[in-house]
Formats: sequence, structure tokens, C-alpha cells
Amino acid sequence: MARVKLENVVKAYGDVEVLHGIDLDINAGEFMVFVGPSGCGKSTLLRLIAGLEDISSGSMTFDGEMVNTLSPSQRGIAMVFQSYALYPHMTVFENMAFGLSLAKAGKDEIDRKVRDAAEILQITPYLERLPKELSGGQRQRVAIGRAITRDPRVFLFDEPLSNLDAALRGQTRIEIANLHSRMAGSTMIYVTHDQVEAMTLADRIVVLRDGRIEQVGTPMELYTQPANVFVAQFIGAPSMNIVPATVTAGEGMSQVAPNGGSGAIPVPLAGGAQDRVSLGVRPEDLTLAAEGEAVFSGPVSHVEQLGEVVLAYLDIGQADTPLIAKLPGTSRIERGQVIHLSADPSASHVFDAKGAAIPRAA
Amino acid sequence: MTPMRRTLGAVGLYTLVAIVVFVSVFPFYYAMLTSFESGTDIFLVNYLPRAFDLLNYQQVLTQGSFVRNIFNSIFVATTVVVISLFLAVTAAYALSRIKFRGRGLLLLTILSVSMFPQIAVLAGLFELIRGMGLYNTLFSLIFAYMIFTLPFTVWVLTTFMRDLPIEIEEAAIVDGATPWVIVTRVFLPLMWPALVTTGLLAFIAAWNEFLFALTFVSNNDTRTVPVAIALLSGASEQETPWGAIMAASVIVTVPLIVLVLIFQRKIIAGLTAGSVKG
Repeated sequence: MARVKLENVVKAYGDVEVLHGIDLDINAGEFMVFVGPSGCGKSTLLRLIAGLEDISSGSMTFDGEMVNTLSPSQRGIAMVFQSYALYPHMTVFENMAFGLSLAKAGKDEIDRKVRDAAEILQITPYLERLPKELSGGQRQRVAIGRAITRDPRVFLFDEPLSNLDAALRGQTRIEIANLHSRMAGSTMIYVTHDQVEAMTLADRIVVLRDGRIEQVGTPMELYTQPANVFVAQFIGAPSMNIVPATVTAGEGMSQVAPNGGSGAIPVPLAGGAQDRVSLGVRPEDLTLAAEGEAVFSGPVSHVEQLGEVVLAYLDIGQADTPLIAKLPGTSRIERGQVIHLSADPSASHVFDAKGAAIPRAA
Repeated sequence: MTPMRRTLGAVGLYTLVAIVVFVSVFPFYYAMLTSFESGTDIFLVNYLPRAFDLLNYQQVLTQGSFVRNIFNSIFVATTVVVISLFLAVTAAYALSRIKFRGRGLLLLTILSVSMFPQIAVLAGLFELIRGMGLYNTLFSLIFAYMIFTLPFTVWVLTTFMRDLPIEIEEAAIVDGATPWVIVTRVFLPLMWPALVTTGLLAFIAAWNEFLFALTFVSNNDTRTVPVAIALLSGASEQETPWGAIMAASVIVTVPLIVLVLIFQRKIIAGLTAGSVKG
């Protein structure tokens, strides 16, 4: 269990800088998830924390101890790799015991720790098997078990579920969540590109893009108060609708009128009147409304019936980005039909011309 | 494809296989036939066994120092294999996994060593071996044979090691393994197929080598088998003891065949095992 602190961490390969000054404070015992599109630097950041790669500048501390130049084992980390990375010639037991035996642990201690970890992960029956005799899910458990036996200060997970099929992924996700609560406050850092994993597992999420941190916050903070358009659209599926809009100041309440819309939404914004802002509304915050109360109106260009919900794609004259509304599954909506939608003012977001969220007045 | 064409294809394939087998096996078969014959029988051309006489074998094994020569060959070839593989595995780790300036150039240099014809380096190597005081010892041969075994063992093992999943090495680093531990306890067990193949080739090359063995050793007792066979002499200057030569050739071929048969199983088993994902 350790508090991991990064200050102005930069990583460059030759002249190419891939991480530009990362500041991050991960609390002891926290489950932190790094999420972002591919190439955003999330895996690189994890490998820097692991010590598999050296940071180019900046500082990294575990519980105040500088670890910049320490090797992974000196840092006391354990890592679970996407491809499992088990030693193919060793049995499950040997795989899990390898780190301990290198650390010159006693035979009894090794045996006890490996069996404890195997018990937690329910792989005790497979201890004498080779990795090639196990299924993908079992292999990933062995990889997790190998991490547990080392009793690390920080657990690192590098997209551990990407190689599993969908059903197994859901199940293993729950097991990892249980593991975190069972390991009573071990610090875990988890990299994924899957926002469902991020939302369900994380205490806090770090959203990365192009080597920079876009926002750090709890899953609900990211969902309800995205700091910018990128985070707003990255979290949630289908992603948030972003529509160009104009703000007219009013008494304590600004009126946000989407371009091409048929009405305005009252939002208590901190700033005054502005044009060229963007209005963000999640598909689930749009509801069918009468024509007079609607904010958006338009013909339906496409309908996706998912059973529990209907996704309606509304053509509101915005180039090729239709407005998506998530409506109750019982709604009768047909292609070509003109529908009217109102937006929940408390769940409406306004972004300035650069994409940063305009804060609400207190 | 019609059944007719399929049959024709099969016939063609097996004809080719038969030709390949015949060309590679016939010389050895003929040597065996000859080795069982004696006297003037040797000079009669026959393709089926006519006699079974172990006299030649008895002669080769009891007269002169042929048995000693066999052990010399085994010692030289085995030592060459062990040292080559040790140096090649350690070099391969550096060349495949550690980034350093001039790595590509170094690899090319190692390969280019094997370009020189043996005869071109013979004189220089002779001086070197004399200078090191190895002349007329088996160590001169062990040293000289590294010239042609190391380039290909290093290259093959470097390529093989480069293809081992990097995550396995990183997992070992996280587990606290030093490079030495990674090579010996993680990589070596995964490299059996490559080690067996390159080791076998190095063994065969060292076993069959003639020119260096003829030049760097001058005693009958320190010779290796290819030279010993070439220098087998008959009762008089005019007689070439073909029967004895053939018997000796068969004797020195058998160890190679046995080695290949033992390890071919391992090669095939090794190639299919050891996958990471699945």
C-alpha cells in the first residue's frame, strides 16, 4: 500500500515527447484507472510507474520515497500484463512462486503465500498444471495470483481483460473489484480503453489524451461534471451530443439556445452572454416533449431498437452529426417521423469555444 | 481438382521424395556394402549385399589409434558445441534485447566472419595458434572451429530470442530477475528447439571439419577422425585400404545419425509448445 505521486513527469523517445508534464497524486489504497483512446500515453504512464521505462524528467515518489531510478522489484510493484506473460515452461505454482524464490523467501513462506493466493482466485486445483493447459480466464487469474504473492506496494494492471471474451470479461471485472476490497486498501492502478471497466472499477479515473491529463475525478464527477468536451464525449455511451449554441444572459439564469433548435435551456452560468459556445446533452437526458416545449425538433434519420431503450437519431441540420436520444423502449418511433425533444436543464453542459466547460454559478 | 489430377500430383510428389532419398542415402549405403567386403570383392560393383565380413571393422578398431581419434573428435565437437552455445546465448541476449549503438554493425561483423574461406584464414590462424602455444593440441581445433560455429549460432539464437514475447521478460524483471536469471531460468527453457538445432549443426560441422584438423595437429594421437580416415594406410605404399576406410566412415557416421534421431523428437516437441496466448 503506497501513495504514488508524480510531479511534472515527462517521457520522450529521442525528440518525440509522448507524455508532457504529468502531475498526479494517487492515494494509498486507491483504485485508480487510466483511460483514454489508443496512443494517449496511458500504457506508457503505467510502465513509467512500474519502472519498466525511465522517466525523462520530473519526479516520482512512493510514500515520499523517490523511486525515479529504482528497478521494478525495488519499487515493490507487481504487474498484470494484457497477454498474461506467464512463464510457459513453469507450472502454475512455479509461476506464482518465481518472484518469491528470487527474493530468497523460505520454502514454507512461498508455499503458504502461493496457496493463499490460489485460494483467493480459486485456482488451487490447477497448481500443478502448465499455462498451456489452462483457459484464457484461468491464465489471467494465475497472472493476478503471481502479482498477489509478491505482496506489492502497488498493483499495476495493463488492460488485463482485453484478451478475454465478453462474458468472461464481465465476470473477471467483478472479481478484480472484489479483489480490491479483499486486499484491504492495496493501491491499484489499472489501464483500460474500456469506459465500462473504468466506470465500474475506479475510485477515481484519469482521462488522458495525447500525453496530457484531461481530467481526474470519481466516475460520477466525470459523468456529471466533465471538464471539457473530450471528457464529456469519452465517458458515456452513446456519447454526449455536442451542439453549437448561443448564450444570452438573463437574471441569474442564462438562456442557452442551440443553433437550429426550437427553444432555449435555462442554465445558471457564471459568465455573461456569449455566442459560439457548445451545448452538451447526454442522449439519456433528452425526453419526448410537446412541440411548444421542445428544444430540439427534427425528422428521425435512423432508429435503433435495443429492447430496453430506443436510440433515435435526429437530423437537426448539423452537418453529419445527428442528435442521439435515448428514449424508453416502449416509444413508438419510426424513421422519417418528426419528433420533439426537451433537455433536462440540470443535466445540460455548456462549453466555451475552446471546449472547456463553463462553470455554473454557485 | 479432379481425382485424376490429384493422383498424378501424389505420384509426382512421391517420385521426387524417392529421388531425394536415393541421392542422399545411396553413398552411405554403398559405403556400408563395401565395408563388409574384403580382398578383390571390393572392386566388384554390386548393389546388393554379397558378403558380411567384420574384418575391416576389427582392423580399424584394433590397429593404429583410430579409437583414440574417435574420442578426440567427440571431445572437440562437444566442447565446441558447449562453448559456442554458451557464448551465443549470452551474446544473443545482448544483441536482441539491449539497445546500444552499433548493434546492427556488430551483427553484420559477426556474420561476415563466416564469409572468409577457410584456406584464406589458415596461415594467419596458424600463426595465432602457434603464438598461443596451442599447436598440436585439441584446443587449437576447438579455438579454430569457433570461427564458423559462432556466427550462425549467434545469428540463429539472436533471431529466436528476438521473437520471444517481450512481456515474459518484463514479467521476470518485475519479479526481480537479473539478466543472468532471465537468460538461464526464463529464456533457456524456452529456447530448447533453437539450442538443439544450432547445437546439432555446430556438432556436425566440427565433427566433419578436415582442413584445420589436418593443419593444426600433427600427431596420430591428437588427430580427429576425418584426418585419421584420410591418412589410413595399407600394408604397402601402393595399397589404399578401401575396406578399412569404408568401415571407419560408417563408424563415424553412426554417432551423428544417433544424435539426430534422439533430438528430432525434441525439436518437433519444442516447436509446438511454449505459446503465450491462446
